[in-house]
Amino acid sequence: MARQFMKGNDAIVVGALAAGCRAYYGYPITPASEIAHAAALHFPALGGVFIQAESEVAAMNMVYGTAGMGVRTMTASSSPGFSLKQEGLSYCAGAELPCVVVNIVRGGPGLGNIAPEQADYFQITKGGGHGNYRLIALAPNGAQEMCDLTMLAFDLADKYRNPACIMADGITGQMMEVVEIPTAKVEQWDHSSWAVTGTPDTVGHLVSSITLEPEELEKHNLKLDAKYKRIMADEVLFEKYAVDDADLVVVAYGVVSRIVYSAVDQARAEGLKVGLLRPITVWPFPSEVIGGLCGSAKAFLAVELSTGQMVEDVRLAVEGRRPVHFYGRCGGMVPGGDELLAEFRRLLSGGSR
Amino acid sequence: MKTYEKSAGFFPVFERKSGPAKDATHYCPGCGHGNVHKMIAEALNDLGLIDRSVFVSPVGCSVFGYYYFNCGNFQAAHGRAPAVATAVKRTNPQAIVISYQGDGDLAAIGTAETIHTANRGENICVFFVNNAIYGMTGGQMAPTTMIGQRSTTTPHGRIEALHGNPIRMAEMLATLPAPTYIERVAIGDSKHIMKARKAIRKALTIQAEGRGYSFVEIVSACPTGWKMDPVHSRDWLIEEMLKVFPLGVFKDESENRDENSWLRRCDAYDPAKVDEYLDRLKSTLGDAAPVALTNDLHCKFAGFGGQGILTLGLLLSQIGMRAGQHVSWFPAYGPEMRGGTANCSVNVCGGRIGTPLVDTPNLLVVMNQPSLDAFADQVIDGGTIIIDSTIVEGRLDSTRLRQVLIPATAIADEVGTAKVANVVVLGALVAATDCFPREFCEDTLRAAIKKRSLVDMNIDAFGRGYEFVKNAR
Repeated sequence: MARQFMKGNDAIVVGALAAGCRAYYGYPITPASEIAHAAALHFPALGGVFIQAESEVAAMNMVYGTAGMGVRTMTASSSPGFSLKQEGLSYCAGAELPCVVVNIVRGGPGLGNIAPEQADYFQITKGGGHGNYRLIALAPNGAQEMCDLTMLAFDLADKYRNPACIMADGITGQMMEVVEIPTAKVEQWDHSSWAVTGTPDTVGHLVSSITLEPEELEKHNLKLDAKYKRIMADEVLFEKYAVDDADLVVVAYGVVSRIVYSAVDQARAEGLKVGLLRPITVWPFPSEVIGGLCGSAKAFLAVELSTGQMVEDVRLAVEGRRPVHFYGRCGGMVPGGDELLAEFRRLLSGGSR
Repeated sequence: MKTYEKSAGFFPVFERKSGPAKDATHYCPGCGHGNVHKMIAEALNDLGLIDRSVFVSPVGCSVFGYYYFNCGNFQAAHGRAPAVATAVKRTNPQAIVISYQGDGDLAAIGTAETIHTANRGENICVFFVNNAIYGMTGGQMAPTTMIGQRSTTTPHGRIEALHGNPIRMAEMLATLPAPTYIERVAIGDSKHIMKARKAIRKALTIQAEGRGYSFVEIVSACPTGWKMDPVHSRDWLIEEMLKVFPLGVFKDESENRDENSWLRRCDAYDPAKVDEYLDRLKSTLGDAAPVALTNDLHCKFAGFGGQGILTLGLLLSQIGMRAGQHVSWFPAYGPEMRGGTANCSVNVCGGRIGTPLVDTPNLLVVMNQPSLDAFADQVIDGGTIIIDSTIVEGRLDSTRLRQVLIPATAIADEVGTAKVANVVVLGALVAATDCFPREFCEDTLRAAIKKRSLVDMNIDAFGRGYEFVKNAR
């Protein structure tokens, strides 16, 4: 078995190469820079493209260029840089270009700090840039998933002709774990019907997000909306951990879910019926499965590295049938397992916030 | 009789254009875009490049370039055409890529993309239509608007002290080493137009031959934006604009650059090649049968930067990985690193690892005094603390923890260098916890240490650390 002990950020690049990504465009930013370092080493070595762009804006628009040729491409950044990519992401969504964008989320707002946070949840799952669009957003919680979900992100991006986002955090990016190195994908998506490649067979093709006539632009938006509804129906991913008999269902993703695994184990050892529902896709959100747990669960607790963003989606899924509590740390502070355990005990003994 | 036909570089009918007039452009009477479009379309067709051409039109009046050019078309965001063009060219170096931009696009919102694309010497053509005004958005001041020129955002005329001066892009870009060819031409009288035609052809030829980046600035009229009739517009262009924007070649290295010397490479995806490459990234520790772990380790390693704290964590992680156990390593990064301290969390477990952060270690290694003060209280009851007693003067009076004192730095000095103190500590750790067999750890170290000449020294250091603890029992 081909394994290596590697950083989550490096595992992203391994996944991208194995998915057939041929071009990486990026700009340095902590704590995402290792992705650019690895891409600078590996992409040219495999005859691919690496450009350190003049800005995040330029990098994202370079992605637009290669994606418009139907060739797998990506960029990666961290929160302030991800904000700058919103223009290009909106254009990619409008022109229906498949690409992958990684956000190793750090503390905000503004320059914030370089410690882990999850406060870009709204920006990632609700659109982020201008206009009606969504990003397919996957939230890995370990190095192996950084690799595997990057590969999946490329597939989903191609399948739906839409940008896909890897939403991770400083810890998941910086920590090292054992990763099984994947086999390169053989099957490739056929984009020859629309891509502009600079070859005679694609003369007459157009990559564009402009639609002047309101009737036509409404049609285009409705077409996108229908696509997003298909994604919501077919592509939801989640993990259940000790959740089926849980009185208290914790909803957490990314690095927080790792802390919750440990806290749930401790709670169970004390006889507290606590379980974890982990969204793997943060968009589409596992609303249906959370709603379904209202039958068995007495209450929900969203735990996030934010002041409360995903909790809004949990509340929408629960539709008032059960109390939805929130526990968050932010600014780079990460809750300890004991801290969460104390919260579980408090909530299960009738306390609330 | 000679009949003139529309160039095959254009679509025969402009189907993408809205409204009834599918045979005319959307440009105003007297606008320079029509001339420039025609010259590009004819050149692409005459040079036999149209089939592999990609025309990138960003925001501005020319955003509808795709109505007309019978090639591949990209519509790009405002100012970003050179970035899009860069990517297209890099992804298919055989494509002929044109970034067609107006003054607001190229010299205001897209200045960074313009300069850096030129500075990288991308093998593309930038055609820059400079008409000293924002046409599409309603006649606002452009970066190239003339001093005194009225626009909808300089109602009293452009004033140097308030709005700066018209910017000369051709001259600026000509200071860069990478560009091959930079010329400014004009759509004024017929003599000017013939020169412009020649410049456009030259730029496309340079690209087709792989000789590098070309930039052709075309001074052009905007009668609508200027609120002049077409005839007066062309006179004003020649009489006024050319004073500020002199015509000429600002740089021409085309003769000095070899054919295809500016072509970059992008290979098609080859899964077999990727597999072969990824195989080289795999661990070289060699296969070992799984080795049982006596107890799960939740470790914190802490000390000064430069003591090899992070490496110590990595070495234990690699032993754990080779033994087939679950392993995680997480370095403190950012503000915690200030003051030259370093620490990392390592988990080595038989089952899935929950949190990678070790808040309550069952094993703490401290190699400096501040680390002892900071982390000793976090160790769980009955946990082990390993202290480099050469460096750390303090001792715990607690009986809550098992203390292992080892003069690791002094032992390392005996081995030959204080740099292997971390490996002495690793030996002590293995001896104190009996987590894995000594031989297995030594085999892993031999495989993990890349520099062959350092292997013996490290094995010696490991062995001394191990013996020190075992003999102290």
